[in-house]
Amino acid sequence: MTALQIHQKLQAFLGSSSILSADLGAKQPWVELSADHLLPVCQHLHQTPSLHFDFLHSLSGVDEGLEKNTLLVVYHLSSLIHEHQLVLKVRIPRPQEGQEPSQQIPSVSSVWRAADWHEREAFDLLGIPFSGHPDLRRILLPEDWEGHPLRKDYETGDEYHGIKIDY
Amino acid sequence: MPDTHSKTGQGNVIITKVDDLLNWARLSSIWPMGFGLACCAIEMMATNASHYDLDRIGVFPRPSPRQSDVMIVAGTVTFKMADRIRRLYEQMAEPRYVISMGSCSNCGGPYWEHGYHVVKGVDRIVPVDVYVPGCPPRPEALIGGILKLQEKIRGESMLGPKANPSQDRA
Repeated sequence: MTALQIHQKLQAFLGSSSILSADLGAKQPWVELSADHLLPVCQHLHQTPSLHFDFLHSLSGVDEGLEKNTLLVVYHLSSLIHEHQLVLKVRIPRPQEGQEPSQQIPSVSSVWRAADWHEREAFDLLGIPFSGHPDLRRILLPEDWEGHPLRKDYETGDEYHGIKIDY
Repeated sequence: MPDTHSKTGQGNVIITKVDDLLNWARLSSIWPMGFGLACCAIEMMATNASHYDLDRIGVFPRPSPRQSDVMIVAGTVTFKMADRIRRLYEQMAEPRYVISMGSCSNCGGPYWEHGYHVVKGVDRIVPVDVYVPGCPPRPEALIGGILKLQEKIRGESMLGPKANPSQDRA
């Protein structure tokens, strides 16, 4: 199935106004959705036989900087049976440190199990809040680490457990 | 034999000979702890394997810190790992030695500036006897480091100052 056909199917499922932006001519065609629509769309993509997106390649987090003040999550999907691909993007405003996030991204770990650890990594390094995740804790850094190091405004602390961090 | 007598002013013929015996025994059976942290560990394993055959100089990895004489810190030391390394070092019986293998454990290596997660040198958590440069060091370099450690052990004395004065630092 071509990207255009997938896009049409999504439009039929959601209504055309729910797709915020899209680039179907890109090498990896992508579609941007709002966070509210992410989970139903993912379930639809996974369960509809003609789409059958059974493989989540990767889930990446992006900090788009202080100027735009947004966080982006990118999902690379493909169907091993139909051999077609799709990229989903979801944007949320940057949660302020120490405050409840105004918007969260629904976890897709109920659709693809691979998302479980990917979401933990995005949470660990970028502090992206995922709602409905079964076990959202740090995966790479120690449990008692402060801050999310891949944030653009991250600054290293002075020391960790008595060891100086900077060179 | 280095002149222990004149260095310390306390040795005598008998102690000198006992020193010789102990040092010879220690330096001929340096057992490292079998653990590695990153790509340097691959090189360390290659050095242990048949081609470079560290066993011919009495180096044979042990599965427990209690049985080990030397800790070869082979790879990137992260802050998450630092506590574990310190504990493993503390579990080793004295006399104990540390070889820091490769740029990462020497000084942080390529992570020295932006590596928020990397300890900038394992000597910040345990005292190091020999530093082996390289990224990763070739097996020849690691063997060179072990021979340097042998030299260091050969100069030790029961009565004299310790070969590694920083041993008691950690």
